[in-house]
Amino acid sequence: MHHTAVLFLEFGAVLLGLGLLGALALRVGISPIPLYLIAGLAFGTGGVLPLATSTEFISTGAELGVILLLLTLGLEYNADELVTSLKGNARAGVVDLVLNAAPGAICALLLGWGPVAAVAMAGVTYATSSGITAKVLSDLGWIGNRETPTVLSLLVFEDLTMAIYLPVLTTMLAGLSLLSGAIAVGIALLTVTVVLVVALRFGRFIEAFVSSPNSEVLLLKVVGLALLVAGLAQQLNVSAAVGAFLVGIALSGELAEDAQALLAPLRDLFAAVFFVFFGFQTDPGKILPVAGLATLLALVSMVTKLLTGAYAARRAGIAKAGQARAGIALIPRGEFNIVIAGLAVGAGVHPDLGALAAAYVLILAAFGPLAAKLVQPLITAIAKRA
Amino acid sequence: MEVEQTALPGIGLRHDFTTRKGQRVGVISHRTGRRDLVIYDKDDPDAVCQTVKLNDEEADALAELLGAPRIVQRLNQLHQQVEGLVSVQIPIPAGSPYAGRPMGDARVRTRTSASIVAVVRAGQVFASPGPEFVFGAEDVVVVVGSEDSTAEVAGILVSG
Repeated sequence: MHHTAVLFLEFGAVLLGLGLLGALALRVGISPIPLYLIAGLAFGTGGVLPLATSTEFISTGAELGVILLLLTLGLEYNADELVTSLKGNARAGVVDLVLNAAPGAICALLLGWGPVAAVAMAGVTYATSSGITAKVLSDLGWIGNRETPTVLSLLVFEDLTMAIYLPVLTTMLAGLSLLSGAIAVGIALLTVTVVLVVALRFGRFIEAFVSSPNSEVLLLKVVGLALLVAGLAQQLNVSAAVGAFLVGIALSGELAEDAQALLAPLRDLFAAVFFVFFGFQTDPGKILPVAGLATLLALVSMVTKLLTGAYAARRAGIAKAGQARAGIALIPRGEFNIVIAGLAVGAGVHPDLGALAAAYVLILAAFGPLAAKLVQPLITAIAKRA
Repeated sequence: MEVEQTALPGIGLRHDFTTRKGQRVGVISHRTGRRDLVIYDKDDPDAVCQTVKLNDEEADALAELLGAPRIVQRLNQLHQQVEGLVSVQIPIPAGSPYAGRPMGDARVRTRTSASIVAVVRAGQVFASPGPEFVFGAEDVVVVVGSEDSTAEVAGILVSG
């Protein structure tokens, strides 16, 4: 068969399959991410139905998916919100970082995977999935709740931490010397600061450059700018993802909303490809041996997120039931944990890291939203008794 | 009464307050333009127990139902609150020299610096009448100005 024909057949089948899985996830009421990962496992190395031709295309698509995920994440928050959250919630944010990075890092160290794997695993257990959490809040009618601003500002804080964490991880993965590593981190910090200042003070100039009444022009300008900055960032060892994230932050207001709406379908397509690709790279045969460990890690980091949420909510003067809700809302892990694991797998840190991260995210992306639903009546009971 | 405003990063804004009877209510303004009317739980004051999702049109309709009469009331209060500014209602007697003559003839603003903001005739309100508006006997003129100037207007309208 013709090469292009095979490519289309394979890629089409994958996308259609994802669509069907997405419909299933919608019906059950969970995030589709775990199902996408399972699909990737089935189609990839050592899977039931390994694909041959389209892997290269899908791999590029996955890279685009990461860029678009981070770009839209950056668009979600404007510089004002980032700075306000940094000022008001720094302490809760640090507690979140320490409590939730620890399980992953300790686990990697105990397994003897070395410091680089420890940093990567710290990121895998640290970041809450803002996408899944936002959906949980909206599905359960928790958006108006008084603990919700606390949860949201923790998510904002985590994203800001990512902007510093990702370059650190990228340099460590690249195996750079201490000096050049420090330089790359320095550049990253400087860039983050410059972008925040530019976005706060001169945001209107960027907007004047990018904005257009025509949605086609706007889409091309935003994606073009994001890819350009991502490429530059990659060249400077700062991580392409961070570059795209910063472009997202620099754009704000109505422009950001328009861009977000335009990018959403594009992001959904390529992000799904990214999750499948991560599944591809993971050998399903390796998942089973680490399943017990992943479950244990998931349980521990559920507890640490519960504690984080309760601590942050208590500081905001929220009662017991609200504290519990804040913790539960923070449990889901998803896209960024896989992005981080994907970077580590790409650099070949440890053969089992991908499988462990995949199993871990499978559990928490699926169980997080379900837990919130199941626990809701229990929380109501606590509130009634108090 | 104190309305609390809270930013919801990535979502929008929340405004909420507690009514005198102890019920907490709020409005979530999504960036997308959607509005949620939320009612808080009495047992768990941090939790929303009822969310009413409103699109643009529905939110406008609700605002109008609650708001229009309230706005008039607030305007009246505003007048009373501004120091030194009074709003008085002066009836035009049957023998007034200006009954049946256009408002411009009385040159009220030039002579007293008070303003005629409305004329009420048989229950109907003529807001911001122009100089060509013809006064009739039994009209009630609404005047805004200082205590002294509004008294002068009363004098002019009664005896010229």
